[in-house]
Amino acid sequence: MLHIKELHASIDSKEILRGVNLDLKPGEVHAIMGPNGSGKSTLASVLIGRDGYDVSGSVTYEGQDLLALSPEERAAAGVFLAFQHPVEIPGVGNMYFMRTALNSLRRQRGQEELDAVDFLALAQERMKLVEMDQTFMSRSVNEGFSGGEKKRNEILQMAILEPKLAILDETDSGLDIDALRVVASGVNALRSEGRTMLVITHHQRLLDYIVPDFVHVMAAGQIVHSGDKDLALELEANGYAGLTPGSARVGATA
Amino acid sequence: MTAVKVPVRAAGGVLSELSPGRDGRDLGWLAEARLKALEWVGKNGFPSRKDEDWKYTALDGILAVPFVAAGAGPGPRVTLDLINKAAIDLGGPRLVFVNGHFSPEFSRLTGLPSGAVVTTLAAVLETSPDRLKPFLGHTPGEHHAFAAFNDVFAEDGAFIHFTNDTVVDEPIQLVFFSDTEGVPLMTSPRSVIIADSGSRATIVETYAGLDGDVYCTNVVTEVVLAENARIDHYKVQNEPTTAFHLALLDVRQARGSQFASRSVMLGSSVARHEIRVRLEGVEAEVSLDGIYLPQGEQVHDNTIFVDHVATNCTSHQLYKGVLDDRGHGVFNGHIMVRHGADGTDANQKNKNLLLNDRAQVDTRPRLEIYTDDVKCTHGAAVGQMDDEALLYLRTRGLPLESARGLLVYAFVQEMVDRIELEPLRASLEALVSTRFGSGAHRVQQ
Ligand SMILES: Nc1ncnc2c1ncn2[C@@H]1O[C@H](COP(=O)(O)OP(=O)(O)OP(=O)(O)O)[C@@H](O)[C@H]1O
Ligand SMILES: [Mg+2]
Repeated sequence: MLHIKELHASIDSKEILRGVNLDLKPGEVHAIMGPNGSGKSTLASVLIGRDGYDVSGSVTYEGQDLLALSPEERAAAGVFLAFQHPVEIPGVGNMYFMRTALNSLRRQRGQEELDAVDFLALAQERMKLVEMDQTFMSRSVNEGFSGGEKKRNEILQMAILEPKLAILDETDSGLDIDALRVVASGVNALRSEGRTMLVITHHQRLLDYIVPDFVHVMAAGQIVHSGDKDLALELEANGYAGLTPGSARVGATA
Repeated sequence: MTAVKVPVRAAGGVLSELSPGRDGRDLGWLAEARLKALEWVGKNGFPSRKDEDWKYTALDGILAVPFVAAGAGPGPRVTLDLINKAAIDLGGPRLVFVNGHFSPEFSRLTGLPSGAVVTTLAAVLETSPDRLKPFLGHTPGEHHAFAAFNDVFAEDGAFIHFTNDTVVDEPIQLVFFSDTEGVPLMTSPRSVIIADSGSRATIVETYAGLDGDVYCTNVVTEVVLAENARIDHYKVQNEPTTAFHLALLDVRQARGSQFASRSVMLGSSVARHEIRVRLEGVEAEVSLDGIYLPQGEQVHDNTIFVDHVATNCTSHQLYKGVLDDRGHGVFNGHIMVRHGADGTDANQKNKNLLLNDRAQVDTRPRLEIYTDDVKCTHGAAVGQMDDEALLYLRTRGLPLESARGLLVYAFVQEMVDRIELEPLRASLEALVSTRFGSGAHRVQQ
């Protein structure tokens, strides 16, 4: 469902992605690990259409040229990113925001919009999934939320917007142990045949909960290593030493 | 008395063609006051950008138009329907002025308690002119030409008096509608609001007109609050972008009185809303809020002077501007804390959102303090649309325009929320959101 081929991205003539190749099939969960600054968030940014990058290579999503779409068109096509650093939007109510978002997607897809009552019912049901309190819905989007609360709010949005491709960028960082379990089980509940996930993380622990089909290592802007879930354990034990672009070996990429 | 003509050496000179054609009703003191005001303009001329308080707003556009003073008589096109569109009918007492003159057929004066006198300046000039001596006789605006011009030409406006402890629940609406078709009229409404001790009321002023008309509203409203009186004052300025609007709201407050002003500036080519508040009695409180939303080539100037004279008074100001296209906003707020005004609590905040590289804002919060025992804060901020928030909204499916509208509306919403009159709040919400496109609407629930 997603084919990334020789993807390069640079900013101010600094090359950050240096030929990323990745294939994701429907329903698969892929994890990406890798050192700080290796380009993981940049890959996510390019996939959701953040501007400011010089991009070359190709990204085909469900047969379409993803790079040609605006961020909102990508969203309508089912692409979602749980941000590493979700932005605060003072003055915009969280509930209102999510309803507007869902209805924008539904409108773009030619579906009927949900009114406030129907939306509330849906939101309440999905809030249970991430054990989120309703008080967060009447606050401004992410404003004054703790780090962990922001992450939960991202997963709540994912639960409400029901994307086909969900990219989770360090959703586990900032979560305490209990919250990690709650959020991970929320994510697991959203796993389905029609939903593909790309999970960026530094912690093998998350992958104990959200068990990936594949694990990739990104270093210096390339996928340098790919394997199954055991690769994460290996990395946990040995670190990234020796995994440089030069030593790339193509693993079990789907 | 007959027409006086005083040579006015104005910058453009054309306003000088105006001369007061008094009709003999004017008493000695009034004729004298008008003449004095006109002479003042003759001597001092119009303000220019060299004047501190007029520094940022170019008046050339106004001074170049050969205005004529508006006479009485209905406008050719105005209908009740147009008026209701311009100013939502709040259901209570409503005075409608067309081209500055009272229009009984569009007005409604029922539903007032016995302690409330709501009439017109023209009527009081006719029946008991001496009541106006403290107002028209003393010219609160003597130190600038436009207020002085209002002194010269003012013939009508609202005259409102609440006697001791009168409470008026329904908002009193003052609608100033212009219908000048082809004639560049200068209207000079003058309103007087007197709140005796312990009285309470809400006043809503709306200014509007017909697109394409070139005219100038040059208005002065005076409010005098006695001990423990409370007035909530709303002003909606939605004149067509071909018109000019110059306003002075002059407020004097006695001990324990409360005054709140909420201003919404939408219209006019050049608009200046000046507020002066004198806190003369101890423990008086004033809060002044405003939004201004210039776009196209509009200029919106807010000039504020809060004068802390007495001890333990409180003043709050919060003004927010959204500036689009080549729009130009001015916030020129001055707080003076006089010698001996101990226990003053004053704050002032101005925030601006620039939507465009060509939009401009001049913000100048000023504190002038002559005593030690005070708590004063002020601050000004000018920012741009948050690109990160914009991207976030788009990745959730909001089209660019909706995302922009939503963020702009979120910026001004707190101000709209401060409007406690529900139908007025809803109508302003609609006006403001239309201005910022389809994505903008109530974003909190
Ligand atoms: N706007 C930018 N201008 C310059 N350099 C940038 C910009 N954005 C990202 N970079 C650089 O690109 C590199 C990759 O950043 P990215 O955020 O993708 O890393 P990451 O793998 O997500 O790291 P982390 O694990 O710390 O989140 C970093 O060296 C970063 O400093
Ligand atoms: Mg990152």
